[in-house]
Amino acid sequence: MSLATETTARPVEQFRVTRSRRNVIWTGAGALIVVVVFALFPYIVHSGTTAILVQAFIVLTMASMWNLLAGYAGLVSVGQQAFVGLGAYFVLILAINGTSPFAALPVAAIGSGVAALPLWWLVSRLRSGYFAIATWVLAATVMLIIEKFSSIGGGTGMPLPGFAGFDPTLLTAYTYWAGLAVTVVAMLAIYLLLRGRLGLVLTAIRDDEVAARSSGARVGLARMLVFVVAGAGCGAAGGLLAISQLQVQPGAVFSIQFTAEMAFVTIIGGLGTIEGPILGTIVYMVLQQTLASYNAWYLIILGLVAIFMALFARRGLWGLVDARLNLRLFPVGYWLRLDK
Amino acid sequence: MSWVNAIIQGILVGGLYALFACGLSLMFGVMKVVNLAHGDLAVVAGYIAIGVITVTHIPVLWSFLIVVPVMAVLGYVLQRTILQGALDRSVLATLLVTFGLSVVIENGLLQFFTANTRGIGSGLALVSGSFSIGSIQIGYLPLVIFATAVVVLLGLQYFLSTSRYGRLIRAVADDKEAAQLAGADYRHVFGIAAAVAFGTVALGGIAYGMYAQLAPTTGTDTILLFAFAAVVIGGLGSLWGTLLGGVVLGVAQQIGAQISISDETLAGFIVFLAVLALRPQGLISRGAQS
Amino acid sequence: MSGPPDGERPESGTPLLEVRDLVVHHGQLRALDGISLRVFPGEVYAIIGANGAGKSTLLRTIAGLHSPTAGSVLFDGTDVTGLRPERRARQGIVMVPEGRRLFGSLSVEENLQVGGAFAREGPWTIERVYETFDWMRERRNQAASQLSGGEQQTVAIGRALLANPRVLLLDELSLGLAPVVVQRIYGMLPQILAAGLTVLLVEQDVSQALRVASHIHCLLEGRTTLEGTPTGVSADQVEAAYFGLAGAAPGPAPEGSES
Repeated sequence: MSLATETTARPVEQFRVTRSRRNVIWTGAGALIVVVVFALFPYIVHSGTTAILVQAFIVLTMASMWNLLAGYAGLVSVGQQAFVGLGAYFVLILAINGTSPFAALPVAAIGSGVAALPLWWLVSRLRSGYFAIATWVLAATVMLIIEKFSSIGGGTGMPLPGFAGFDPTLLTAYTYWAGLAVTVVAMLAIYLLLRGRLGLVLTAIRDDEVAARSSGARVGLARMLVFVVAGAGCGAAGGLLAISQLQVQPGAVFSIQFTAEMAFVTIIGGLGTIEGPILGTIVYMVLQQTLASYNAWYLIILGLVAIFMALFARRGLWGLVDARLNLRLFPVGYWLRLDK
Repeated sequence: MSWVNAIIQGILVGGLYALFACGLSLMFGVMKVVNLAHGDLAVVAGYIAIGVITVTHIPVLWSFLIVVPVMAVLGYVLQRTILQGALDRSVLATLLVTFGLSVVIENGLLQFFTANTRGIGSGLALVSGSFSIGSIQIGYLPLVIFATAVVVLLGLQYFLSTSRYGRLIRAVADDKEAAQLAGADYRHVFGIAAAVAFGTVALGGIAYGMYAQLAPTTGTDTILLFAFAAVVIGGLGSLWGTLLGGVVLGVAQQIGAQISISDETLAGFIVFLAVLALRPQGLISRGAQS
Repeated sequence: MSGPPDGERPESGTPLLEVRDLVVHHGQLRALDGISLRVFPGEVYAIIGANGAGKSTLLRTIAGLHSPTAGSVLFDGTDVTGLRPERRARQGIVMVPEGRRLFGSLSVEENLQVGGAFAREGPWTIERVYETFDWMRERRNQAASQLSGGEQQTVAIGRALLANPRVLLLDELSLGLAPVVVQRIYGMLPQILAAGLTVLLVEQDVSQALRVASHIHCLLEGRTTLEGTPTGVSADQVEAAYFGLAGAAPGPAPEGSES
């Protein structure tokens, strides 16, 4: 019997629509345990390790945002570094004016999200390929504008104030916890967004945009919302970057390198799945640590692997796992269950 | 008078920008590929030219005859293999692949040639010489480059409008399935279009290396973003619009430089954003684009 | 009309075009379910059926735009199932696609030129096309997108003819055109066929198909419901086959058909 005939042959009571194959309580509890364990790290591990993990948090947050844009909303942005930089500068500006940089993080996120609105208005009418380059031009423009203000460092940048007198070990720990918090909030936000109506609309758009529009889905609004969220997320990552580097330099915080990292991590890990960027970040950090002394090499290798995967393994590493185990750590889809 | 000089300079460099832009526009118009590595290819061509000249000591102008065809062939091969593979999958794949290529090329160049800038020295009076009309100074090289750009654009237009493959390129761009039904292998036609795009951008890259410095990141900072800005300002889908866009961009940049030397690039981007905001179809539009 | 007399087909001899047990899927949907047919040189073979019956899918598969899940397409005895569409076109299977599909930014003449870019040896030249459709000569530099539907259809046919096909596939000529225009276009068929061309056409307008065809083949939901000649089948049979009414048995018509 084909699926079509099987479903019509059974009475309606034998069907259930569930959110996931396995009980989401288990994965929720598991995630909580993981977060708690990670939170204890500053007490357990060396500060060198926590510094590396902060880097990983930054990459994971950015990659998750890029994944949201490209994998779910179909928006390929090559200019997210604009928001990374904006986030860093929000923190810097607030720190200069006396706020604690940690307290400035939420402002960086919100500020970047708000900044995303006029930027979206400028580029949203362009078709996907040209949209991509336009975001790049926007990022370059934002950097050039910020460089004109010498009060925040101009073209050379300046150190981040607000940490005078801070105990270094404590600072590292706080930075780490801030990173963990940003990442957890970001992933949770993405999960909840995709699990809700927005996720449905985005899937509909992905499958058939015209049909989605004609059935009432607000396509433009959905995409704009995603762009704003991604802007906020990258802004938070940028604020974190400023804190972890203790300085803000335009060339460093507006670097295209971030987009390269975001994109490659996502592709290798798995585009269009929430778990993908996690896997990709792990691969990326391992690669970076192994090749630390080889500078540009890890980007070259990463780029080549990403090209290969974009051509031959679009679902990435997580896609391979998912195909075998049907595992979803972050269940956002629906399953149709046939009761026997 | 320096303003007039600035505007003339801007017009002349606009020709170069148009040369960079026409390949980008062609690839998008024909196979809907936005080649994010487009600018990096110009830099690669420049580096190859430097290498060839260093090794063989041939005159600079001969390097064009060697490097441009080589890049054109490279374009055909890359299109038939990697880019076609990406096209068969999705638009996303083409963007990812070309972005990946861009990163790989730039970091590869960085790794092998360091971040130092290089120029294509020619020792020709052409490069540094200039002539004057009244109080206006016009450099020989910028003028020659502008003239070359116009000639190339004319050639491209002639090719597209009268030759058999030019027709096929336009036909495939309109409807590649219908072109197949007429016996055309669109993959081959795409390859030809890519070859033309790579050839023109290589020409631009070598020319650029003759009067400015090339660095690994020039491909994106300067060439790709400027080429794209020229296309948008001028109008998607119009060859002469691209020249106009290049000229407007160049003039805007030079005027910006007159205001403050560090505002050159910014001024160009601001004009780009203004066009994007107020007239997204560009100055010369050919009907519905986005 | 040229070709074998109504109802009579060669006992032996290779059909020019043959389809054997063709199965074609669109994703999960089975669009064609084991179709077989044979077209002999000089015939005008019409495939009729309602919307979604699979007619265009059949034609497109023959042209090479779809790959079948099973079955084969043979051209002059040779299996062409694996050939890309442009190769088939160059060998002589040329399709006028549904909806005309002219190259909008090209002029009328340029459209014709592209049609002839990979042409086989044969009688059709641009000059001859202008002689056959005289209005085209004056409008030859006009952009194709500015023509009316009927004019576009004629240019599309001219474009296909310039490839000097051996088999001309016509996909829903009447689509989107006024009946008067449709009649005029079909009225031109004899001139085209005088050159000894074989035609396989798909048509939703049954009466039009019956008027021009030497053989008809009816599809319903991807299966053959009727095969025969216009004179050999009754209106009731056609209606039953077309709509799938009770009493319509899949397969050839019981009387007056080929041996």
